[in-house]
Amino acid sequence: MNAQRDARTLTRNLWRVAVYGLLILMALIFLIPVYMVVVTSLKEAAEAGREATAWDLPSKLNFESFEAVWNDLSPNLRNSFLLVTAATVLSALVGSMNGYVLAKWRVPGASVFFPLMLFGMFIPYQAILIPLFKFMDNVNLYGGLSGLVLVHVVYGIPITTLIFRNFYVDIPNELLEAGAIDGAGFFGIYTKLVFPLSLPGFVVVVIWQFTQIWNEFLFAVTLVKDRWQPITVPLAETAGGISVDWNQPMAGAILAALPTLLVYIIMGRWFIRGLLAGSIKG
Amino acid sequence: MYNRKDKAIAFLMISPSLILLAIFVYFFIGQTAWYSVSDWGIDPATALKKGVEKNYVGLDNYHTLISSASDYEFRLAFISTFYFTIFFLGSCLILGFFLAFLLDQRIKGEGIFRTIFLFPMSLSFVVTGTIWNWLLKPNGGLNILPNKLFGSDPLEYKWLNSDTTLFKFEWLQGGNLFYLGIALFAFALFTYVAQKRSLSWFWVVVAGLVLWLISAAGFWSKIWLPIDDPVRDIGTYQGYGYSAALTGIVIAATWQMAGYVMALFLAGIRGISEELREAARVDGCAEWQVYTHIILPQLRPIALSAIIILGHISLKIFDLVYAMTGIDNKYVKVPGILMIKGFRSNEWARSSAVAMVMLFAISLVIIPYLWTNLRTEKQS
Repeated sequence: MNAQRDARTLTRNLWRVAVYGLLILMALIFLIPVYMVVVTSLKEAAEAGREATAWDLPSKLNFESFEAVWNDLSPNLRNSFLLVTAATVLSALVGSMNGYVLAKWRVPGASVFFPLMLFGMFIPYQAILIPLFKFMDNVNLYGGLSGLVLVHVVYGIPITTLIFRNFYVDIPNELLEAGAIDGAGFFGIYTKLVFPLSLPGFVVVVIWQFTQIWNEFLFAVTLVKDRWQPITVPLAETAGGISVDWNQPMAGAILAALPTLLVYIIMGRWFIRGLLAGSIKG
Repeated sequence: MYNRKDKAIAFLMISPSLILLAIFVYFFIGQTAWYSVSDWGIDPATALKKGVEKNYVGLDNYHTLISSASDYEFRLAFISTFYFTIFFLGSCLILGFFLAFLLDQRIKGEGIFRTIFLFPMSLSFVVTGTIWNWLLKPNGGLNILPNKLFGSDPLEYKWLNSDTTLFKFEWLQGGNLFYLGIALFAFALFTYVAQKRSLSWFWVVVAGLVLWLISAAGFWSKIWLPIDDPVRDIGTYQGYGYSAALTGIVIAATWQMAGYVMALFLAGIRGISEELREAARVDGCAEWQVYTHIILPQLRPIALSAIIILGHISLKIFDLVYAMTGIDNKYVKVPGILMIKGFRSNEWARSSAVAMVMLFAISLVIIPYLWTNLRTEKQS
């Protein structure tokens, strides 16, 4: 009896060891790129370009790459921040209103236009790019940040509406009806009852849109002129080049990744909620 | 609460969004569709003139994509993307499930591991591409890692610039294109009937038979006559198949997206009640049988969501490839890149046709998905 129990404990312990071992191994594999990007960014240009010593630690710590990248890319960083702030705030507000309408008001035709709306978030944007480009050119929005903000707000409508709709569906109707009996109309119910409950919804949507727009590339590379380009564009151009000193692209990658990475690390739980909402089922 | 005035206001408040989407999604798609059957930019001299007259040319642009020698790269891109999607999906699903399984073993420090597996999701494809571009250099990075760790010979794999084409098949011979169409169609049907009644299987078989009959009757070649594929005489011809240079992109994309699949699966596993699992154990299921009998079947809808989401990402993949290989790369071709290349050189009609093909392929997976999802939501 004892021997049997011992054997079982032994297998269980072996199993635990194996699980932890595998987890640590996988974690290390996932962190390889992090090691590489940090190590390479801290080398000086000539050393960073040497492929044979890519895994070695820098022979001496060198921050020249960050200095250079900061000088080159800080205008783009500023563009990204302007773009993301404006577009995120606007699309969260629009999404909240739409979500409120779709969740709580029986609008005629909703069963038709809601799926049509959602389809908009899956299309390859190449399929609208040429008309969009012509349109932006015609209304003088091509080239600047305001045009890009408009584009991100419009194409953000489906996902922000979806997240807010799924969020508002859980607010009990009785609560709103009580508000209606107290004399609140469409806007009264929204400002007094729905909006104050919306904070978690806003957090999810803001994080989601912030990450998406910060990381977006297709519109950024086709719809704005050089001086208004968000950070992803110059980063992609330098890395795509043939002969580069790799310390600079790596430092640039760190710079471009840091804002979204920080948001993720600090607010991971909300980030995951947005992620799961993106697969439709809330 | 639902008086007429407030209802009207509600509709008024959502209508700007509806109008914007109607224009920015549907009207623009319509315009792209029109450009794709026009001759706009076919003659480069007229490409940039304002108000230039566009003439209807029928399906000529599509025909060119499918059969002309100069568009060899388009066909290669499309077929490569098809393979790419399969490898990318396969690796993400397997790795994602494996990670979710490990994290489900009542782990200390689960939060830390989860954060590590999921953090690539928060990065831009451009950042991922930049880093992996360096990691996949032929004489450095991953290739010399075994050498650094164990002292074995460095690998010489050309992750991003191999000119090898694998899994080759002949284009437009024996109706191969059509079989590709059948495969896509069957896949689309399969994805949304997979969890449904057995009757739907019947329809899949019927659809497949009908398509097969059409192709057997030579219907296909009658539409697209004359079909020639003169590209075989060109020096760059490698055959149609999977460009091995896409392997590097599969690796980078998997690194970025596997955590997402893990998060989906983990949420699904946690949604299965512990009592159900306990009951299975009491009934004598070993731990692995709990997975095969209880957990895996319940995860099927989630796996389906993951397939659709990842599938549509990979069919339109663009930023990652752009950052890893640049836009003029000789070895890596995907439709998303070719469309932008055409866009930049003002080949409006042609790149519109490429974009429409992309849209079509993605619609095949997305529309059934949206449809079933919203229908089941209504039922519940």
